[in-house]
Amino acid sequence: MVARILPTRDDVLAILDSVMDPEVPVLSVRELGIVRDVHVGDDGAVTVTVTPTYSGCPAIRVIEQDIIAAIEGQGIAPVRVVTSYAPAWTTDWISAEAGAKLKAYGIAPPPPVGAQSGDLVQLLRARPAVQCPYCNSRETDVRSEFGSTACKAVCWCRTCGQPFEEFKGI
Amino acid sequence: LGDDRLVLGHRVSEWCGHAPILEEDIALANVALDLLGQATMFLRLAGEVEGKGRDEDALAYFRETVQFRNCQLVELPKGDFAFTIARQFLFDVYAVTLLDALSHSTNSELSAIAAKALKEATYHVRHSGEWMLKLGDGTEESHRRVQRALDDLWRFTPELFASDDTDRAMLAAGIAPDLALIKTKWESLVRDVLVRATLTTPHDVPAPRRAGRTGQHTESLGHMLAEMQIVARSDPGATW
Repeated sequence: MVARILPTRDDVLAILDSVMDPEVPVLSVRELGIVRDVHVGDDGAVTVTVTPTYSGCPAIRVIEQDIIAAIEGQGIAPVRVVTSYAPAWTTDWISAEAGAKLKAYGIAPPPPVGAQSGDLVQLLRARPAVQCPYCNSRETDVRSEFGSTACKAVCWCRTCGQPFEEFKGI
Repeated sequence: LGDDRLVLGHRVSEWCGHAPILEEDIALANVALDLLGQATMFLRLAGEVEGKGRDEDALAYFRETVQFRNCQLVELPKGDFAFTIARQFLFDVYAVTLLDALSHSTNSELSAIAAKALKEATYHVRHSGEWMLKLGDGTEESHRRVQRALDDLWRFTPELFASDDTDRAMLAAGIAPDLALIKTKWESLVRDVLVRATLTTPHDVPAPRRAGRTGQHTESLGHMLAEMQIVARSDPGATW
């Protein structure tokens, strides 16, 4: 009988770097900040803790399946994915590097959110202009707060005439 | 909390494929998805607290109309676009003020769900608030329609803030906020937008009622639930 070499946490994290978000395929699930923890048990069982971006995000089940398939594809099993809701996902967990990838893909990266201000009145006022990912102009309009997915808004650049999406800060 | 979102989410989803413009079709579908996602979290927690082994699906599909605890505001048929937007705006402002307070609940599971839902609700209220301005301060027809919607909906708003013994017990335990304070915040936010939208705030309705919260619903909830529950009830336990 051959002794089984247990995978390390870093092994699993490296595999997760290759699991892309199905709706924003330039970012991995780690870059998106939805992988909150990876645990490798004494028996080699892997538990990946994820948090959904939006509570109704239809991609979360696909993401779970992709994570399990990628890790098991490397001969590591069993794999379990658990969901955690606290702390709530924030776009602040998307790194500047990942933001640059979004911009190159034509999606304006999310603005910093910081701590929730609690100023509800401000919610009902205009928000700062989004920077066009193509020409960097701030002469832009938000056409709709909801785009092709819940996490994106539809914008229009008045300078270069290009429609684009913004990854909304939450 | 769960039932409000389940029922309103279903109502909003009725616009899918029918909204006046494509962007709005997508926006309303996204709002509906968020609401259903939030309903899932709240109902799952409710089932766990109840401890009778009912999950969110059991609570959504296998309860009768009188067992639903949603307010009547959310169950009314979707009406025209102005009615849907006005109802959404009144609810969204209620949602952000209530969720903001619940995110400080002493119940850690409730506060986690509220904090998550609040982030989504902020975009909902931006969306419906923006539309209130566009419709109210828009054409003569859009103004007339949204004002009429507001006048029709106003009498369903006192229920949102009416407390009963359960609310008072939860307030004492630090689980839920004082609904009178939520009402004050709600009123000032709603008025702020209505004034800018050149709309008239309807006159207050005297007696706050807890109609839907005690299982007394309008006829329309039964029709909606029949449609929503038929597949799950026709083939219980089916998976696909």
